[in-house]
Amino acid sequence: MKLFRMLRRSIRDAFKSVFRNFSLSLASISCITITLIIVAISIMVTFNVQEFTSEMEKDLTIVVFLDQDTTEEEINDIRNSLENMTNVESITYQNKDAIKEDMSKESDVFEEVMSTWSEEDNPLKDTFQVKVKDVEKISNTAKKIERLDNVSTVKYGEGMVDNLISAFEAAKNISYGMVIALVLVTVFLIINTIKLTIFSRKREISIMRLVGASNFTIKTPFIIEGMILGLLGSIIPILIVCFGYIALYNHSNGYLYSRMISLIEPEPFIYMVSGIVVVIGIIVGMIGSASAVRKYLKI
Amino acid sequence: MDLIRVKNVNKQYKNGVTAIYDLSINIKKGSFVFVIGGSGSGKSTFIKMLYREEKPTSGEIIVGGINVAKLRNSKVYKLRRKLGIVFQDYRLLPKLTVYENVAFTMESIGATKAETRKKTLKALELVGLKGKIHNYPDQLSGGEQQRVAIARAIVNEPRILLCDEPTGNLDPDRSMEIVKVLEEINKTCGTTIIMATHDKEIVNTMQKEIILLKDGRLIKHLEKGGYEE
Repeated sequence: MKLFRMLRRSIRDAFKSVFRNFSLSLASISCITITLIIVAISIMVTFNVQEFTSEMEKDLTIVVFLDQDTTEEEINDIRNSLENMTNVESITYQNKDAIKEDMSKESDVFEEVMSTWSEEDNPLKDTFQVKVKDVEKISNTAKKIERLDNVSTVKYGEGMVDNLISAFEAAKNISYGMVIALVLVTVFLIINTIKLTIFSRKREISIMRLVGASNFTIKTPFIIEGMILGLLGSIIPILIVCFGYIALYNHSNGYLYSRMISLIEPEPFIYMVSGIVVVIGIIVGMIGSASAVRKYLKI
Repeated sequence: MDLIRVKNVNKQYKNGVTAIYDLSINIKKGSFVFVIGGSGSGKSTFIKMLYREEKPTSGEIIVGGINVAKLRNSKVYKLRRKLGIVFQDYRLLPKLTVYENVAFTMESIGATKAETRKKTLKALELVGLKGKIHNYPDQLSGGEQQRVAIARAIVNEPRILLCDEPTGNLDPDRSMEIVKVLEEINKTCGTTIIMATHDKEIVNTMQKEIILLKDGRLIKHLEKGGYEE
């Protein structure tokens, strides 16, 4: 009961001091706002980089060309051994006639050339298209497939894919690193701003100590105040996240530069980012005032 | 049983200045004591050690059963709840009204709203400021601000009231008023009052118990007396 009463009083005091020290509160809120905008943007970039790299990785396929004279039975053998490989996600078989048809649809030139080919002298090869589970091991898997009987060549765009994969990994790691660094910078900035605002109330804290308030009683309103400041500071970043992202998505029809880079659907993505921003704001505000007020409790 | 026991206390500040030499004093419950002496005599240090703003370098201080020298920083509030403290510079919270300043003490020890209200109004009535409860401290005169500070100090009915030069910033008439208020509290509530001052007139008029310090040493401890005999 007593604890409940103290808590209620702390919440009341916290709101009171946010409004009575409004100019100082505004300083903290705007600092929190600016840093949270940057954090929110970097979170959105990270998620999008993450999303489109994994989308592109899914599109990577190993194409397995079989020898011309492979029999039906041997094809089944290859299918079985491909299915038994650990890194193989799915396989699709396409015989040379189907490939011929696909290719002639693609351009008139192909159609003209290929129309002269009969079924027997079709120079194309039967293929398996293999999707892998882990793109980083794609070259190993390709080598393994190459060693199978009746396999003539294996293609997966070697040089380009390897470069692309390491570029994706680097992009992901850099964006993760940036988010973490930005969150740390935010914490540091907000702690310092709140420290400044609390410094101006050093006297108040020392008087609280003198009239017999326990450290818990003194700390709680400040911590709640920090949480309120964090909450108020995250309003504008959230508006920017929601409206800004929807506007960008609609303006670009969901793609950036080319069809290769697709953006994440705004819903529920923006709600998730908003949630993360609010939580970061509140926690950082809380940590900021807790660490700032602790310094003055030693009088 | 003495309410305050000070035994062989020495206090040396970090900068090497020794403020108190081997001080031993007992103060009885319900007494009204003036701690007198010139500037640098150690009277402020003595008061500060009683509410543990300063720790003694050696010796023992027991206030209302609490061993002050051994008190941990996080437990200091237990001592402060038994004390009321009044300062020369009032130390009111500028953003709180008179009522809120006094109620603050009650709230910080977790009293109910009804109890807070009752005792706050009672304390403000005792110091004669019931008509100004909604004013902010900067709208009051020095004497009135000091009376608010006294109300804040006595609102939770402490056994001891420590006053560190409470009249230092006031003119003689206002000073006398403050001391009268303190005497009233001493008589009606039985609160032990320890007041550091260098105001000779007050001490001579009141004829109370005196502790005379000089250069950190106890010179005189009389049951009743003036500044100079």
